[in-house]
Amino acid sequence: MSFEFPLLSLIIWLPILFGVAVFATGDDRNAQLARWIALIGSFLGFLVAIPLYTNFDSATGAMQFLENHIWFERFNVNYHIGVDGISMPLILLNCFITPLVVVAGWEVIKERVSQYMGAFLVMSGIVNGVFSSLDAILFYVFWEASLIPMFLIIGIWGGPNRVYAAIKFFLYTLLGSLLMLIAFIYLYHASEGSFSIEDYHKLAIPMTPQILIFIAFLLAFAVKVPMWPVHTWLPDAHVEAPTGGSVVLAAILLKLGGYGFLRFTLPIAPDASHYLAEMMIVLSLIAVVYIGLIALMQADMKKLIAYSSVAHMGFVTLGFFLLNAYGIEGAMVQMISHGFISGAMFLCVGVLYDRLHSRQIADYGGVVNKMPVFSAFFMLFAMANAGLPGTSGFVGEFMVIMGAIKVNFWYAFLAATTLIFGAAYTLWMYKRVIFGAVASPAVESLQDISKREFGLLAILAISVLWIGIYPFPLTEVMHATVDQLLNHVSNSKL
Amino acid sequence: MNFIPPDLAPASSEIFMLIMVCVVMLADLAAGESRRHVAYLLTQITLLGCAILTFISFSTESTLTFHGMFVDDSMADILKLMVYGTVSAVLVYSHSYISDRGMLKGEFFSLILFATLGMMVMISASHFMTLYIGLELLSLSLYALVALRRDSLMATEAAMKFFVLGALASGFLLYGMSMVYGATGTLHVSQVAQIIQSGASSKEVLVVGLVFIVAGIAFKLSAAPFHMWAPDVYQGAPTAVTLFIGSAPKLAAFGFVMRLLVEGMGEMVTDWQGMLVILAVLSMAVGNIAAIAQTNIKRMLAYSTISHMGFLLLGFISADTNGYSSALFYVIAYVLMTLGIFAMIMLLCRSGFEAENIDDFKGLNKRNSWYAFITLLLMLSLTGIPPMIGFYAKFAVLQAVVNAGYVWLAVVAVLFSLIGAFYYLRIIKLMYFDDPETAEPLVSNSDVRILLSANGFAVLALGIFPQALMGLSLYAIQNSM
Repeated sequence: MSFEFPLLSLIIWLPILFGVAVFATGDDRNAQLARWIALIGSFLGFLVAIPLYTNFDSATGAMQFLENHIWFERFNVNYHIGVDGISMPLILLNCFITPLVVVAGWEVIKERVSQYMGAFLVMSGIVNGVFSSLDAILFYVFWEASLIPMFLIIGIWGGPNRVYAAIKFFLYTLLGSLLMLIAFIYLYHASEGSFSIEDYHKLAIPMTPQILIFIAFLLAFAVKVPMWPVHTWLPDAHVEAPTGGSVVLAAILLKLGGYGFLRFTLPIAPDASHYLAEMMIVLSLIAVVYIGLIALMQADMKKLIAYSSVAHMGFVTLGFFLLNAYGIEGAMVQMISHGFISGAMFLCVGVLYDRLHSRQIADYGGVVNKMPVFSAFFMLFAMANAGLPGTSGFVGEFMVIMGAIKVNFWYAFLAATTLIFGAAYTLWMYKRVIFGAVASPAVESLQDISKREFGLLAILAISVLWIGIYPFPLTEVMHATVDQLLNHVSNSKL
Repeated sequence: MNFIPPDLAPASSEIFMLIMVCVVMLADLAAGESRRHVAYLLTQITLLGCAILTFISFSTESTLTFHGMFVDDSMADILKLMVYGTVSAVLVYSHSYISDRGMLKGEFFSLILFATLGMMVMISASHFMTLYIGLELLSLSLYALVALRRDSLMATEAAMKFFVLGALASGFLLYGMSMVYGATGTLHVSQVAQIIQSGASSKEVLVVGLVFIVAGIAFKLSAAPFHMWAPDVYQGAPTAVTLFIGSAPKLAAFGFVMRLLVEGMGEMVTDWQGMLVILAVLSMAVGNIAAIAQTNIKRMLAYSTISHMGFLLLGFISADTNGYSSALFYVIAYVLMTLGIFAMIMLLCRSGFEAENIDDFKGLNKRNSWYAFITLLLMLSLTGIPPMIGFYAKFAVLQAVVNAGYVWLAVVAVLFSLIGAFYYLRIIKLMYFDDPETAEPLVSNSDVRILLSANGFAVLALGIFPQALMGLSLYAIQNSM
């Protein structure tokens, strides 16, 4: 590429700088200023990310938009960034979600506005950094740093049990990532002094260390995804987080785990991945089936969507460890689509919560009589969550099931039960909240969505339908990279 | 009689310091009650003067003097410069605290300077006796500093404990040294190393001596199981003194370990490696687990110190330049964080009110969001979260440990630091998630405000650009080995 301009650095640092500017506006006397700076910053962050797509060369699976500078020589750590077909869509997703989150918190957040908005912008930049790092330590720094703003967001603006949820979130994720750090250090010595992720891809590693590295990575990424049985932090964090926090958590932060599998686990430990693939598939299927059943029984809307996130992310890990093109591409599409759908679902619950201050399904009923426009949007997203053809939710699930059939019929059979469970828990919740007679005087007094909320939901609705009907622009960019990855994984490194 | 006067030039900063301690004492006597700040200013000038002397005579190769009892090399000069800076920051931070509590007296400053001199001698010692003299000068000054508020029951109790246990440790150390002398017939660090290498000494006697020396070192470092004094002393001493005990002496202790174990007994590395592994694991376990139960912030930080000392010892285990420079980097990072966090505690104190409990941090974000942010950076750094410097310190040590083949030890270390994360997060939780119990504003002088902001910011900035400090640590070790 002859693209000299440090575009990726701009995508990483612009939101962070704007975040610092938002912090600098100080206390709530300047709340309106903080909101506007945050909106401009997040919108600019999205604009500068667009050339990443338009100038992307989808014919190659190699890294693009490379930047490489020495960061600290002592341990040969470099500021080495670049994107390929796996990371580019995720960066775009992140830059797309951030302005929505800022707008979603526009009127709802009244206390310490500058800290709230600033934290989201800084996190957006950090997450872009995670997706574009090609140096293990750089990756680790961004990866851990992303914990800090989320910890504060849950802890400061969250619900009643927020402290427990925030600390649980932090410690759980820290546990996984510390072992990943040791794996990196081991690889550093095994590769005789390199932290370059691409060097690790080429490094030959014997089976026992490969399995240990696989397990270290698995803990880090499984907690983030989250996979069964280390998913228990997610419902707590989601329930207690403010709406914006839930959206970012579901839409972006969970993807960090999935991305980690593709960037680290599969290419660095391919033999261990083959060896342990069945275990991973079983864990994923447990997430799909068992967590789906748990979601059915939830009385709290946010908890229900959180469990449905775990089930959907189970599809993602299932797709990865099928180790064929359908599986991995389907999982990638599923990640992007889940970003839109879960984000939209949490926004919908947020809309209701802002009005009634309750997330209990039992407190609602007959909302359609009072909020018809909202109910229509909610219907679309609920259908997408259940995997209705024509929405983005269908594309990914279908591709993964296709991939599963090639491996084992029963994998596909069990995975396909999600179409039943998913429809059951989502639509049952929808029915209880939206339809029926008006449940209470509080519901009677509901106002339909404002222009701001309409805009948010409309943008997400368009995205969900677009990927559902015409996913080609998305699959096109990742095709070459996924091919290369599969090719790489099929060669033994022993 | 043939008397050759020793070359005084390598010890110029020590000599200057000694003269100035006397000047500070006399000047304070002459200045009288009304002009106490004279002593403060003179002390700062002394430190500045020492820094200039050390800096202009910076040695790139080691020079021995006083018949080989005193050495001046790059590591010594770099450590000394760090010590001056740390002591100077301690004084700035504690100035208003001690003047509020009637401790702004000549004794405070001259004791601090004597302790500093002791550290300088420890750092530059190349003879077991010089090491011991430096250590005692430091320790005796610290005992007196802890007892400076003689009407406070807690402080005198702490001083008594500190003294008794410290004297015991010194006894251990001396006994160990005498065993080494018995086996090798010399006390010169370099000659001890040579004789051990030649194999002319009795291995059994040396190992017994080594056990005592390591025990003495563990006492001074407050590494478990020799850590008992630390929580009581940290809690009982006036916060300004705790700040001093917790910061600069750790730098000197690093130099002490380098001279004694690495330079003197480097040939016995396989013997002391095993001992340090036990000390390190125990320290990390005791420090991190006991800290969770603390409600007193100073006690909590004492346990946190114990766990950090365990981490520091890990750096020595790999027994190569890489490991030692990582340990040096760790200790510098640790001192930087300790300075900041104790300064915050003193900032929360008002006249007549001692900030002692972790609950005193409640709602700090609402009272003053800037100081809350600084404390946030410090706490995350202590936890070892990037991009704060504490992460790079842990990272450097861990890579040295893995390089030495102790992968299991690295796993143990990160698991304990995960436990440690909990009590640091609790402080962040109190600051950010809880409401304040008092609406009183935080008052601070502009010098404290600037220095504390710089301190907190350095924790972040040195984390984003760690190369300079890492390079310096590597240079210090490489140039002195």
